[in-house]
Amino acid sequence: MPKTDEVQKLILDLFTSQNLAVLCTHREGQPYASLIAFLASDDLKNIFFVTPKTTRKFANLSVDSRVALLINSSTNDVSDFHQAVSVTVVGRAAEISGPDRTEILNQYLGRHPHLEEFAKSPTCALVGIAAKSYYLVKNFQRVMELHINE
Amino acid sequence: MKWVISASEVEPSDRPRVGGKGFALARLSAGGFSVPQTLCVTSQAYQEYVAQTGLRERISLELHRKEFKEMRWEEIWDCATRIRNMFLTKTMPSEIETALRETIERRFKNRPVVVRSSAPEEDDKTASFAGLHESYLNIQGIEAILEHVRKVWASLWSDAALLYRQEIGLDIERSSMAVVIQEIVVGECSGVAFTCSPNNDQQGVIESVHGLNQGLVDGVIEPDRWVLDRRKRTILDYTPVSRKYWMIPVNDGIQMTALPDELAQKPPLDDRSARSVFEMAMRLEQYFGAPQDVEWTFRNDRLYLLQSRPITTLASADSNDQRSWYLSLHRSFENLKGLRQKIEEELIPAMIAVSDQLSAADLKNLSDSQLAKEIRKRWEINHKWVNIYWEEFIPFAHGVRLFGQVYNDVMHPEDPYEFVDLLTDTGMASLARNQMLEDLADRIRNNRQLAKQIKNGDVPAADPVFLADVETFIQRFGDLSCAMTGGTQCLEDSGPLFKILLEMANHPPSAPGKRKSQKAAEFKKRFLSCFEGGKRKQAEELLDLARASYRLRDDDNIYLGKIEARLLEAVQEARRRIEGRGSEEEGAAVSGELKNVLDDLDHRSKERSPYQKQPDQPFEFRPRQLIGQPAGPGLARGKARVIEQHSDLPDFNHGEVLVCDAVDPNMTFVVPLAAAVVERRGGMLIHGAIIAREYGLPCVTGIPDATALIQTGDQVTVDGYLGIVTVGTEEL
Repeated sequence: MPKTDEVQKLILDLFTSQNLAVLCTHREGQPYASLIAFLASDDLKNIFFVTPKTTRKFANLSVDSRVALLINSSTNDVSDFHQAVSVTVVGRAAEISGPDRTEILNQYLGRHPHLEEFAKSPTCALVGIAAKSYYLVKNFQRVMELHINE
Repeated sequence: MKWVISASEVEPSDRPRVGGKGFALARLSAGGFSVPQTLCVTSQAYQEYVAQTGLRERISLELHRKEFKEMRWEEIWDCATRIRNMFLTKTMPSEIETALRETIERRFKNRPVVVRSSAPEEDDKTASFAGLHESYLNIQGIEAILEHVRKVWASLWSDAALLYRQEIGLDIERSSMAVVIQEIVVGECSGVAFTCSPNNDQQGVIESVHGLNQGLVDGVIEPDRWVLDRRKRTILDYTPVSRKYWMIPVNDGIQMTALPDELAQKPPLDDRSARSVFEMAMRLEQYFGAPQDVEWTFRNDRLYLLQSRPITTLASADSNDQRSWYLSLHRSFENLKGLRQKIEEELIPAMIAVSDQLSAADLKNLSDSQLAKEIRKRWEINHKWVNIYWEEFIPFAHGVRLFGQVYNDVMHPEDPYEFVDLLTDTGMASLARNQMLEDLADRIRNNRQLAKQIKNGDVPAADPVFLADVETFIQRFGDLSCAMTGGTQCLEDSGPLFKILLEMANHPPSAPGKRKSQKAAEFKKRFLSCFEGGKRKQAEELLDLARASYRLRDDDNIYLGKIEARLLEAVQEARRRIEGRGSEEEGAAVSGELKNVLDDLDHRSKERSPYQKQPDQPFEFRPRQLIGQPAGPGLARGKARVIEQHSDLPDFNHGEVLVCDAVDPNMTFVVPLAAAVVERRGGMLIHGAIIAREYGLPCVTGIPDATALIQTGDQVTVDGYLGIVTVGTEEL
């Protein structure tokens, strides 16, 4: 299997198995991490999540759209060290408000149906991250990268 | 939880926790058979030990560094060595130790015992683990017993056991190990009995030796052999052997020594005793309901059973497993000593003679037909020596491993490869070559005019003494243009030697042994001081053997390269003639014979496909951290120089990182220029790793696709402590 396909498949498999990601934003250089429920597009170009607009993370990404995400399969067991797969994504985040919003939100709620009430609140934003690069770590220290071609 | 139980306490459901051997012994004891006193250290003790000490995850990390199927045997040996060292250096948690100590001391007092492996999957009807895990005989005193329990646990992860478990599809990580501790019965004679012969199901077989049966079981002492009729219990055939050795207990362990004359003349069993052994074995077959493979010993005319297991050769005859091959990778000291003598006294002188004899022939004066014959002859000679290389030289490499194991057992070093420091500086041929190169480079370094002449390609004008020395180098090692030592003019550009010399001269000299030091002498002293008397002599002999093994791993390639160079020389002469003649009728007809011989023999080109950026793809793949084996400590950063073929070598620049499929001895002349070494082929004791350590360079081996994923010019960081190669810079 070509390396690109191999890494892409590993990432998609991980994204299918996981609901949550750690989102990193910053405020004046101070990093800030938060937990979000995510959905990735099949082509891996975009990752979506919802958040109240009153949150620190939303304020931070409104000032600087550069963000990072960490998604991993660890189970809080010692075997994680050799078994877990972890992906870091870097990209730019922006609120989605255009005509695609309804369709994307429906897809998002298809994955996280229990968040319907929360996500449909007028104070909640649907945020899309345009991914730039993926960094996949497995076998404890093996790191492979996928970069989205412009 | 019970960490240790007596054979009499074993319940029918206990097989998983006492293992195959322990369970069979408990059943024998329960059936009223005469077995030595036995305790079983349960597999739960093993599980608790690896959980509490953190070894369970450390083993998993070790086994998951990379895909198991991508590991070569040498990497698996390295993996096994590191794991074994973890067991040697991690003592038992006090809770387990106390429980074991009290029960074992109470049961055996100060009597010597046997500490045997008893894997839960062992000795069932489908898989035989015989010989894959360790057993230790004549172990005395609680401290020694506890240490040997850990050694038996570690043998769950021996290279042969890992390979075998993988092959028969056992989940390696769920593996466990129980240990049997038995009072040693030092019999006058011992042996094995097969109630059903693998060759004839109407017959059974007994094999016997004087003394302990370990020599027989390990295959180092040849036994007398009886074939018996299963039904009538009569002896059908008896084959005596020339009895020379026996295995007997010595201070703390066992030893193979010369058999006293009066015993050498006497069969270990008389007919009556042979029949009584067979009777007992047949009773066991009836008791267990299947043909048995029984180990036994006679002491003071009393027959003791040491173990009994179902015969697996019947079942595995058609399973085509490779267990015997895995086991053959391990050679005894005696075997290696014989091999060394053969290599040093017969094979290497013969290789030198062959190469000298071939180089005396004047190829230019041969007719085309004679040249074609000469090429075929040289091809056959080369082929013969390549086979000898695999059959004799490669197994001899095990001398280093055997020494490593003994060193680690005695010294318990933090670094399981500390022993390699004792083996360096053994006068390897490729180091002698590099030293000659360095001397030549030094003269260029200190002579501006000479440097200028070489740089400008005006070599003939150079100092005749210098040129004569260059010629001596070429005579001895070739002009570095060929992929084998001793070859010349393989590249159209005939200046690789001068190119390399200039590059070396442009930088300060890089002498081997930056790291080596007096440490080696210190380690040697400390190692030898652990032995006394006869044992010290043995340890010295083993070290000497290991040093020869280490040196030969390098030199054998050099000698083989010289023979291959003679073949290449003849091939080049043929090519020159074919190219020189064009298509004139007569010439073309004769050249056809030469062309045929070249077509017939030219199988050596390998296809390679370096990773290339795919245009118009949505993603671009980049490697970042590649994981291999830490094969030479140190950290270095530099631009990669990927060597796909020998002709890439003259482009090597000082300070670059050598990235290749496998460093062979015929390319090590660039190693003194390199900042670090990275190779696909894995192992701590392979050539690239050995030579990198000689020069104190960081080295990572065993990176699959190293030459495809890394490209010349890539910035790479080589972490030789962790076995990690990082490609590119920190920028996202």
